[in-house]
Amino acid sequence: MTETVHLPAQPEQTRRKRRARTRRPLPSPSEWTFELIDEYHAEIARVAERYKLDTYPNQLEIITAEQMMDAYASVGMPMNYHHWSFGKHFLMTEKSYRRGQMGLAYEIVINSDPCIAYLMEENTMTMQALVIAHASYGHNSFFKGNYLFRTWTDASSIIDYLVYARNYISECEERYGVDQVEELLDSCHALMNYGVDRYKRPYKLSLAQEEARRREREEYLQSQVNELWRTLPKRAEEHTEQEPKRFPPEPQENILYFIEKNAPLLEPWQREVVRIVRKIAQYFYPQRHTQVMNEGWACFWHYTILNTLYDEGLLSDAFMLEFIQSHTNVIYQPPVTAPWYRGINPYALGFNMMTDIRRICEHPTEEDKRWFPDIAGSNWLETMDFAMRNFKDESFIAQFLSPKLMRDMRLFCVLDDDSRDKLEVTAIHDDSGYRYVREKLAEQYNLSQREPNIQVWDVDIHGHRRLTLRHLQTRRRPLSDTTPEVLKHLARLWRFTVRLESVDAQGVLVRAWECPYEKRV
Amino acid sequence: MFQLVIDRRLNGKNRSAVNRERFLRRYKAQVKEAVARAVKGRSITDMENGESVSIPVKDISEPTIGHGRGGVWESVHPGNEQYTKGDLIDRPKGGGGGSGKGKASNQGEGEDDFVFELSREEFMQYFFEDLELPNLVKTYLAPTHEMKTVRAGFTSEGTPSNIHVVRSMKGAIARRIALASPLVQELKRLQEELERIRLDPADRSEEIRRLEEEIHHLRGRILRIPYLDPFDLRYINRVKQPRPTNQAVMFCLMDVSGSMDEARKDMAKRFFILLYLFLTRAYEKIEVVFIRHHTQASEVDEEEFFHSRESGGTVVSSALKLMLEIIEKRYPTNEWNIYAAQASDGENWDDDSSICSELLIDKIMPLLQYYAYIEITDAPEQNLWHEYTRVKERHRFFAMQRIKSPADIYPVFRELFKKQQHSHAA
Repeated sequence: MTETVHLPAQPEQTRRKRRARTRRPLPSPSEWTFELIDEYHAEIARVAERYKLDTYPNQLEIITAEQMMDAYASVGMPMNYHHWSFGKHFLMTEKSYRRGQMGLAYEIVINSDPCIAYLMEENTMTMQALVIAHASYGHNSFFKGNYLFRTWTDASSIIDYLVYARNYISECEERYGVDQVEELLDSCHALMNYGVDRYKRPYKLSLAQEEARRREREEYLQSQVNELWRTLPKRAEEHTEQEPKRFPPEPQENILYFIEKNAPLLEPWQREVVRIVRKIAQYFYPQRHTQVMNEGWACFWHYTILNTLYDEGLLSDAFMLEFIQSHTNVIYQPPVTAPWYRGINPYALGFNMMTDIRRICEHPTEEDKRWFPDIAGSNWLETMDFAMRNFKDESFIAQFLSPKLMRDMRLFCVLDDDSRDKLEVTAIHDDSGYRYVREKLAEQYNLSQREPNIQVWDVDIHGHRRLTLRHLQTRRRPLSDTTPEVLKHLARLWRFTVRLESVDAQGVLVRAWECPYEKRV
Repeated sequence: MFQLVIDRRLNGKNRSAVNRERFLRRYKAQVKEAVARAVKGRSITDMENGESVSIPVKDISEPTIGHGRGGVWESVHPGNEQYTKGDLIDRPKGGGGGSGKGKASNQGEGEDDFVFELSREEFMQYFFEDLELPNLVKTYLAPTHEMKTVRAGFTSEGTPSNIHVVRSMKGAIARRIALASPLVQELKRLQEELERIRLDPADRSEEIRRLEEEIHHLRGRILRIPYLDPFDLRYINRVKQPRPTNQAVMFCLMDVSGSMDEARKDMAKRFFILLYLFLTRAYEKIEVVFIRHHTQASEVDEEEFFHSRESGGTVVSSALKLMLEIIEKRYPTNEWNIYAAQASDGENWDDDSSICSELLIDKIMPLLQYYAYIEITDAPEQNLWHEYTRVKERHRFFAMQRIKSPADIYPVFRELFKKQQHSHAA
């Protein structure tokens, strides 16, 4: 269902009305009112429909700055279970906000159905319109269309699931004490990034199902675990046919899943908590894969929609000046020489690429025709829709980054090899370098390159129940110093000794950590 | 039907409160330490504000697995100005040439402390944690004459200032309707009849005149129904209810003889302020009486108490006598919780010290909830201290401590008021 509530029902009337209003721009006082938000929203919705943006229904919520910080603290979700780390994030945000070091984000938008976008009370009318176009039509259509979100998240049930998660965890706190639950959550959070399935599609999250099946699952799980750790001797015929090499037989990438199903001593409620953290991590997984695309798409649409409205005469010059100033700040990319350079700004890269795709479709150069024979001169709306739906950051950059944009952004590639004294420039924005730079930039957004590749390798099921993980080094990159800390958390979940081995590309053991389980008194 | 724009500003306020509390709970040790440090360093006037607490970042970090520095990184950057392929660049200082995109900086340099603000309530909570007022029981439960006025419905008599307008007008409307409606009905009937007669071709002027007269008469009666009758007036009713005493008086006694210099007075002041703040947590209403003394005692206001300077000898008993006098005159013990804090440098006329202890043991202590004596000196103990030790032996709620430097004030205060597990055992 798309947002049609505010679109006038009869096209004839609409056209007349629009023509009448064309001469008179929408009022643009700096103070917003509910009526104005409705009015702007109606116009933005109309234009968005014209550009065929397919969205979940929209829900706009007006909140205060404090509530925005709240939302920030609980990782952008409208609700979450209680944990000290969210309190920490709130304090951090509050501090930098109070000191004026940081403006709050203009918007938070939640991948849910209906799609909830927060409008901050302090925003001017211009900012509210910008946020509506950006979040409620840009991000919203991305959530609904992109294949990763379609595969990995279920917008209709996330809110229900969070309610379930919060209630379940408070229940556990009541029953087993805040400290126990907090420790468990700490450990799960440490491994959160290793709690996602990358290749399997997860079950849909549904409140009813979760509640109904939880007990069943708990019992079943426990029985499975018992089977695995059974100490009675197995029957003879079983014994002869198997020659156990490793458990698990295949390495497993989802560490939290492995813990949930196989940790020998966890109680059913603890497995459920592990599962909750894992499910929430899974929900955020697509976002981590599509930051450039998602922000680029949203920026492109707020820019396009508001400019269309301006061309129709609906927006005043004052509105546009304020809008363009904010827009420019958002998509600013400091050069590498700037002291405040902090890597590539995903908003800038995304917006530039989206704009560039439209340019290639509408006004292709000879170069574009050589590089992008499929899309040069095609219908830009269809091409962009296709790009939005079927790519993630890595493949999107590999597919669509054009030589012109590389020249415009003056992208270049630097090799940092710790065995050499100096850095080397391996490619720049020239004919010999385009493909190389593009390849490297795409790689940079490949999550499996950015995050260490760690898998569950072996469990010593016949001996001391030691769990061994294996880190396959990428280009000799070592693990960070916090690794032993994380292993402590893992040992706390596994309840026996945990070992992590770093192995280089040739399969040679480079380094190993071992962490015994320390029982707390 | 779902609503498009929802105003959430009024609900969900302070949603992070639980998470904040969890955070404070986890770092309780650091918070308490910061509070203790703040108390030492602070001037008295802003004792009641919040405080910023700083915790080393590494203590609050949440570890995750990531890449460390080293190995081979190849990264793309914008804004190339001068480089071409094959150029060699020196490594930028303090970093891996942007490799890992700042991941390494989690561990390396630039470790600031994590600083956050405690609110005033939180500060006070940690400040007085584990402390309790001794001997709170007595007057707390005692019945008193303290009255509280509460609303209790409406009455038909009262003073004009208490008229409840809405209620009165409601009554007036009801009365007007009740009185007028039979008349209005009658009026309607007569008017209809008059219409009917007028249409009659026959001459019925006599009847018409009679009807018109009646109608006129009825209209008059309706108009004469008063808009607002004294009968309608309703007054807000207030009754008095007795309530238990929750008030305290705090006596501050200070030696202002020549030997008490500014620094010592300042320490005394801090101690008094602490006591005052502590009392505000237990009592709704607190009065403070300042008594200063050298050879003679006088009751003064706060300004004079702390800032004027006198010289001469010291007779402590003069202050105790004055205090006793004031208690008897103004603070009956069945209504007031009485606390006293005395600060002195420990000097006194030799003969006077024994008078003091007699006075305290026999007369004053039975009236008081608690008496705290602090001696601000680093000199050896003198006779006043010895005499007071005798008082302490007799009375459980007499406490004495010595303070040498401002840093001692808070620990001493805590020592004086720390929770006593066995206090209710008897």
